[in-house]
Amino acid sequence: MNILQRSSGRKCSANKPMQRWFFPALLLIFLGACLFSLLAGSTRLNLPDAVRAALQGNTGDPACRILLHVRLPRTLASVLSGSALAVSGVLLQAALGNPLAAPNLIGVNAGAGFAAVLLLTAFPSLSGAVPFAAFAGALGASLLIFALAAGTGARRSTILLAGVAVSSILTAGINALKTLFPDQLFNANTFLIGGFSGVSLRNLSPAWILIAAGLLSAALSARETDLLTLGDETAAGLGLNVPLTRFFLLMAASCLAGAAVSFSGLIGFVGLLVPHIARRFTGCRHRLLIPASALLGAALVLVCDTLSRVLFAPYELPVGILLSLLGGPFFLFLLLHKKSGRET
Amino acid sequence: MLTFSEICCGYDRVPVLQDISFSAQPGLLTGLVGINGCGKTTLLKTAAGLIAPCGGKILLGGQPVSGLKRKEFAQRVSYLPQNRPVPEISVELLAEHGRFPHLGFSRTLTDRDHAAVERALQLSGADKLRQRSVSRLSGGERQRAYLAMLLAQDTDVLLLDEPTAFLDIAQQFSLLELLRKLASQGKTILVVLHELAMAMKFCDRLAVLHDGRLAGFGPPEELWQQGIIDRTFGIVSRRVQNENETGFLFSPETH
Repeated sequence: MNILQRSSGRKCSANKPMQRWFFPALLLIFLGACLFSLLAGSTRLNLPDAVRAALQGNTGDPACRILLHVRLPRTLASVLSGSALAVSGVLLQAALGNPLAAPNLIGVNAGAGFAAVLLLTAFPSLSGAVPFAAFAGALGASLLIFALAAGTGARRSTILLAGVAVSSILTAGINALKTLFPDQLFNANTFLIGGFSGVSLRNLSPAWILIAAGLLSAALSARETDLLTLGDETAAGLGLNVPLTRFFLLMAASCLAGAAVSFSGLIGFVGLLVPHIARRFTGCRHRLLIPASALLGAALVLVCDTLSRVLFAPYELPVGILLSLLGGPFFLFLLLHKKSGRET
Repeated sequence: MLTFSEICCGYDRVPVLQDISFSAQPGLLTGLVGINGCGKTTLLKTAAGLIAPCGGKILLGGQPVSGLKRKEFAQRVSYLPQNRPVPEISVELLAEHGRFPHLGFSRTLTDRDHAAVERALQLSGADKLRQRSVSRLSGGERQRAYLAMLLAQDTDVLLLDEPTAFLDIAQQFSLLELLRKLASQGKTILVVLHELAMAMKFCDRLAVLHDGRLAGFGPPEELWQQGIIDRTFGIVSRRVQNENETGFLFSPETH
């Protein structure tokens, strides 16, 4: 394969116009998933009654309490987390030119996990501060990786390799702390697996602003993100400040993923899986790919979280496990489907 | 006009080329030639602003390019590198990307931009490929698609690094004829060429690089007469002529 034939590695339907039904259908799926998340659970909810009670200020009504304190926070958390992780994956895959790039690759998950575990070890009484520590750890790890790679001109390959190395060191740190302090870290597994049990509107309060800002930044920089897929030199020839754009996209991706894991724990696969599915319908134009991934990511996490609540009710499976169980085989299916040439 | 004035350039403060001075003029196709590793790509990258020169100046229309902002520069000079990942986007979208330096804050294409893209697709001969994916084109078609992007950028100066690499002989002819046509329309074109015979045939001027310096600059015929071509490449060249055209035959120095 000569250099001219080198592909960016991402599957796009470049020569096929996007079907008109795609976005309306996606919106319907998203709204359906929201409704499913609000209604389903170990207790079946009569939504009109619960909404009526909430509007009348009847907070003592059990249905109203379930809606306001359990279902609504979880639905919002799933929407925020799913859209943030999916768009984070889109930005990382474009910025690093690698279809396997995902938030865990640039140290976001390992940084968040290490900071959370360190906090629980050193200050067990401050477990309420885990979301803040996780966000700080995620962002700190990303900045460290970028600073390490900056010495070589922030090339894509160096960022990737620095990410793998830092993630490996931080993961070793997490495992060392878990081995040395098993009693203090008894509850850390909930965060490390990822899930929304116990999430409240208060947990989402600082994170939603960062996620909204990250999604807006991603949407506004869609054209620049497109150019990065042409290669650094071609993009620079078109007047793009490549290192600055790459840094901006990596920071936006880190903020999105860091904010998401701060309340959801280390959910995996969304950032890797969703962009690949969305690209099959939208092509590689980030103007379409970013909103499609946000909606699809939100819908996927909503459905998985709801299933995790209802499948073994009244017991709950952490959504991180379900996402990996469903996401892994589905990702393999996509890969094999592509390899066999039966591309849609 | 693109002028190199006593340019020194290289990597990591180690000069590859020194004291390079010549001008690529509007209306002429200027070729950069030399043996492998002589610094052709390095000089072109320096001209494109991807590498900062370690000495000398590059002038664009008499003004130093160092004073231009990145986008202002891209509005006047376009650059096509040799090595690039192949995006899975349509040819039309690739050509649209050429308008990036001209877009405003909203990054949306205006009617003027769409007209420029259409002109570029027609001129490059890529209009029939517009809906096809760049990744599924042949080498020649792909070069035309990238040329459409360059033409949509609508710059006075075009820099191309080995655009004929990986092309068969007919495609090389076709591409170089297109570059000549563009030059005849007033564009300043500086192109790195690996095929010496093609460079001698199609270029109006050649800049010959050798041993880190400019060995010669001028019309190919003059450089050949001065023996610069033979000395630089270590060959013996012979001019052949028939009724309509002149060409060159090359053989190793030892023969």
